[in-house]
Amino acid sequence: MSAETIQSRREWLLSDRPASRLQARLGRAYVAWRRFSANRLALVGMLIIIALVLVAALADVLAPYSATVGDLKNARLLPPSAAHWFGTDDLGRDIYSRIVYGARWTLYVVILVAIIAAPIGLLVGTVAGYAGGWTDTILMRITDIFLAFPKLVLALAFVAALGPGIENAVLAIAITSWPPYARIARAETLTVRNSDYIKAVQLMGASPFRIVLRHIMPLCISSLIIRVTLDMAGIILTAAGLGFLGLGAQPPLPEWGAMIASGRRFILDQWWVAAAPGAAILIVSLGFNLLGDGLRDALDPRSGDQ
Amino acid sequence: MSVAENQVAAGRGSARAVAILSSLGRFLVVAVTTYLGLLAVTFFIGRVIPIDPVLAVLGDRAPTAVVERTRREMGLDLPWIEQFYLYVKAALRGDFGTSVLTTNPVMADIRRVFPATIELATLGTIIGAVIGVPLGVLAAVKRGSLIDQIARVVGLIGYSVPIFWLGLLGLVLFYAKLQWIAFPARLDVVYEYTFTPITGFYLLDAAIQGQWDVFHDAWRHIVLPAALLGYLSLAYISRMTRSFMLNELAQEYIVAARAKGLSETRIIWGHALRNAAVPMVTVIALSYANLLEGSVLTETVFSWPGIGLYITNSLQNADMNAVLGGTIAIGSVFIAINLLSDLLYRLLDPRTKTG
Repeated sequence: MSAETIQSRREWLLSDRPASRLQARLGRAYVAWRRFSANRLALVGMLIIIALVLVAALADVLAPYSATVGDLKNARLLPPSAAHWFGTDDLGRDIYSRIVYGARWTLYVVILVAIIAAPIGLLVGTVAGYAGGWTDTILMRITDIFLAFPKLVLALAFVAALGPGIENAVLAIAITSWPPYARIARAETLTVRNSDYIKAVQLMGASPFRIVLRHIMPLCISSLIIRVTLDMAGIILTAAGLGFLGLGAQPPLPEWGAMIASGRRFILDQWWVAAAPGAAILIVSLGFNLLGDGLRDALDPRSGDQ
Repeated sequence: MSVAENQVAAGRGSARAVAILSSLGRFLVVAVTTYLGLLAVTFFIGRVIPIDPVLAVLGDRAPTAVVERTRREMGLDLPWIEQFYLYVKAALRGDFGTSVLTTNPVMADIRRVFPATIELATLGTIIGAVIGVPLGVLAAVKRGSLIDQIARVVGLIGYSVPIFWLGLLGLVLFYAKLQWIAFPARLDVVYEYTFTPITGFYLLDAAIQGQWDVFHDAWRHIVLPAALLGYLSLAYISRMTRSFMLNELAQEYIVAARAKGLSETRIIWGHALRNAAVPMVTVIALSYANLLEGSVLTETVFSWPGIGLYITNSLQNADMNAVLGGTIAIGSVFIAINLLSDLLYRLLDPRTKTG
């Protein structure tokens, strides 16, 4: 591609008078991408998350050993070496392989929490904002009440009642993490509720259900995505904490928090058993934090650099 | 002062009084509903989620007569709304039932273990504020400089690191390798019998009684967990301080102060920081509340006999009364700090005086 075609494409993208909806959208995305990619830390964050997804997808190729079956006879608690990059655990399992498979469980948790909690928050927030009056007051009181709770302790109590397991941990985290999304969705709804285009749709006879679903919810999505990304690190840490306390993923699942818990018994002599999964958690949640900060700065310039 | 001016002043005063009363009233409404909400959630967890709460309390080997009696004692034959009413009444009396594990009333257990958590979280918050505030101020003043970058990285890692993992690594380094700190516990076994706590805050108790060897030992036990919690709160406090300070430094009164020829030191630490003080107090209070919660994982790693360890031990023994009592205890303090700092902010911040 010659310099001129690139130049003309850029002009097309940055045009003040987009000729089509597609051009306008692509142009906006391009501007956001330019702002995002100018932030090197945000790019690092994005690379980490892409790497996480790739590792999870290609775990069968990347992991040289089984994640659940070890060599009890010959390979217990070996230090890191060429054969076992991060050493082996007390059951003779290769820690590197377990971390690679553990990427799947980390993704499983964050994705499930996001697709449970975000829609709940979206629904509560948009309904409260659009309906107003008593509905608004009651829904927002409930939201504020949940917002005032200590999240980890509440998640602990939920898992204690539901029984340990990764699904229940996901449920408990989701139950405690929807309120901020409701707040954001409500704020966005209030800004568009009285706008002309909503009035126009109302005049055309659209039901409140349709207005909220088709005309308000889509506008809340981008700020919601930013907030969810920023929350991912917290979700990972909570899930790992529950796993560490023995309430999240159960053995032999290669979940990183549970791996730290099993390495705890040997921490003073065989520190690598617990060190590697913790480093994995740190890197991934750092990635989500960097990505979330970058997205916020790129898509929402008002709050930039605060 | 003229009569008219007096009237205006009185009018302003009463408007202020009304504003204070209305924010107090709002505070009460919010406090009551939030506590009821907390109790509703723990009620739901304890009574509704288990298929048979009696089974959850007694286990499956209890004789039928005991099961029936417990069912009546727990009021499970009543309608839910009445059960909840009784539940709230009991909770207000501080009656959370008996712990299966320790056989004590849960409230007595909580009274015993809570000071340990408070001591840890307080020391952690002090560390976090003493380092975090100056770091945030410097990062804001020298925006984009090396110290700003360092503060940013330190903060980001603080937001991303699993605290229990950092604690384990700290134990390996400072306890096993360097032997700078003592093993995970609150005191050496030697002192467990010779030392009588008064307030339950061991550092304070040892200092009051002049037992400096105990003080030193207690310090060697608390320093690492407190430093870790301090790091968590430092990450939050420095980030918020930076943001508040950037906000203040962009105000016109700073330009005016510079024009008058005040020294930078006085402008930054005297004027800007003082104006940022009100939101800062809120942030420090919130970070304190977060540390109370964060103590659950830290206490487990350091065998620190506080409420966090109490909850996790009870969890492992399916002692639901204790778990929920502990949850309510942490939740209550957490909510109280949240609401009080909000109230404080409303009362102290001049911009929200009339709002």
